[in-house]
Amino acid sequence: MLNHNEIIQTITMIKDLHLDIRTVTMHISLFDCITDDADRTAGKVYDKLTSKAKNFVSIVNGIQTKYGIPIVNKRLSVSPISLIGAASGGYEKIALAMDKAAKELNINFIGGYSAIVQKGMTKQEEEFIHTIPKVLSETDVVCSSVNVGSTKAGINMDAVRLMGEIIKETAEKTKDANCIGCAKLVVFANAVEDNPFMAGSFNGISEGDCVINVGISGPGVVKAAIERIKGQDCSVLSETIKNTAFKISRMGELVGREAAKQLNAEFGIIDLSLAPTPEVGDSVGEVLEEMGLSSVGAHGTTACLAMLNDAVKKGGSMASSRVGGLSGAFIPVSEDIGMIRAVKSGALGMDKLEAMTSVCSVGLDMIAIPGSTSAKTIAAIIADEAAIGVINGKTTAVRIIPVIGKEEGEVEFGGLMGRAPIMNIGNGNADAFIDRGGHIPAPIHSYRN
Amino acid sequence: MRAIVSVLGKDTKGIIANVSMTLYKQDANIIDISQTVLQNEYFTMIMLVEIGEGKTIDDLSKALDVVAKEFKVEIRVQHEDIFNSMHRI
Repeated sequence: MLNHNEIIQTITMIKDLHLDIRTVTMHISLFDCITDDADRTAGKVYDKLTSKAKNFVSIVNGIQTKYGIPIVNKRLSVSPISLIGAASGGYEKIALAMDKAAKELNINFIGGYSAIVQKGMTKQEEEFIHTIPKVLSETDVVCSSVNVGSTKAGINMDAVRLMGEIIKETAEKTKDANCIGCAKLVVFANAVEDNPFMAGSFNGISEGDCVINVGISGPGVVKAAIERIKGQDCSVLSETIKNTAFKISRMGELVGREAAKQLNAEFGIIDLSLAPTPEVGDSVGEVLEEMGLSSVGAHGTTACLAMLNDAVKKGGSMASSRVGGLSGAFIPVSEDIGMIRAVKSGALGMDKLEAMTSVCSVGLDMIAIPGSTSAKTIAAIIADEAAIGVINGKTTAVRIIPVIGKEEGEVEFGGLMGRAPIMNIGNGNADAFIDRGGHIPAPIHSYRN
Repeated sequence: MRAIVSVLGKDTKGIIANVSMTLYKQDANIIDISQTVLQNEYFTMIMLVEIGEGKTIDDLSKALDVVAKEFKVEIRVQHEDIFNSMHRI
């Protein structure tokens, strides 16, 4: 039999250290819904979603009861709608169908209102991107993402410039709701096709028809493990994080396989991402501080985060051969109590955050900026992040919220999205650079063929 | 189907008796049991049980909730695989 201590350890992780399955996401291909008529396409999308995911929430709730592990979110993710709607042009109708289906199925977010334009944009893709602000303001649970760069293709600076404008417009259109539309919009470089986490999830074009991907979290568990090895050297630290990540990933794999079996779907990947929530004890910032920083943002933060991210990936890949998605540590400001504290105290600024994104698993995430920030400056922030991703061969993202009507203070998004202090972004501009548009060529190390 | 029943809380008279009786009424067979009381106060009991055919973890959980409320302890019923997956390769 298992020993008493092992059982208590697992129970403590769940009960006291906020270990949970952050999301079970059903990825659904919509390529068989394409028609040349907008209403017919939207109808087929609605039918496919409501039929494939009919029992999704009840089955996942059953798994939660069976294993006694909280499964916080049940989500859907679909093929990029820029492709599904290209023949009919009915992007907005598809979005409304997605929103309706998701609400009826009790799903809290549905991802995939997405376009992949790192190399070039078709006329249809450009039209699609222009619908994003309206769609995000008129739907509640639809999430959108646009990939503007990749290590293989370089950076599409026309798309970068356009996304600066789209983010600004989305903020304007949702200004009565704290610009929440921008919290549902991610601009990526090197986007992954099997990411279960919102808002950047979509079902990549190389994925199967119906795939279950699982996102696991657990910053609290990692922090508790590090608390027990105070003062010990960095190799012990790395090993401890790895061991903890291993255990958490094994549990995620169990849930993923079980969900896929019961839902008659393919098991895709598990994504072990230390994803914080605004709760105390569920913070990546606090993990970094436990590693030995007086506050996140202090010198040494990038090194700590690099080690944390790498050790999490290593532990995860030892535990499962199906590790994918983003796997690493997320550093969203608004969703992490340690990060919020550091920004408010002045210990963490935009510059250090940008450095951190070169070693974390995603990028500038859930950051509130002054409402007067220009579209071109937002585009420049996107360009910087994309450059970090493209040159380093990693995923980077920008999910940034210009808070219309506010220049400083704090903005409240509620729930898992938390609250964000508005960050100072400096005075300079890159307007003339952004005006150039065009394409930043792929880096030399991408020519590996 | 085998499940782990864990009971955590302050030690009071009758916990083991009542948990065992509820398990018996739910047609669950206790295969293994281990129990400790830390510092004469904090009670933990772990049981490995075989759940009878036709019963589910949810049935057992709901029945044990009544005992948990009466004795002011936390009782969880979890499929044993979650522990095996985490601690055994």
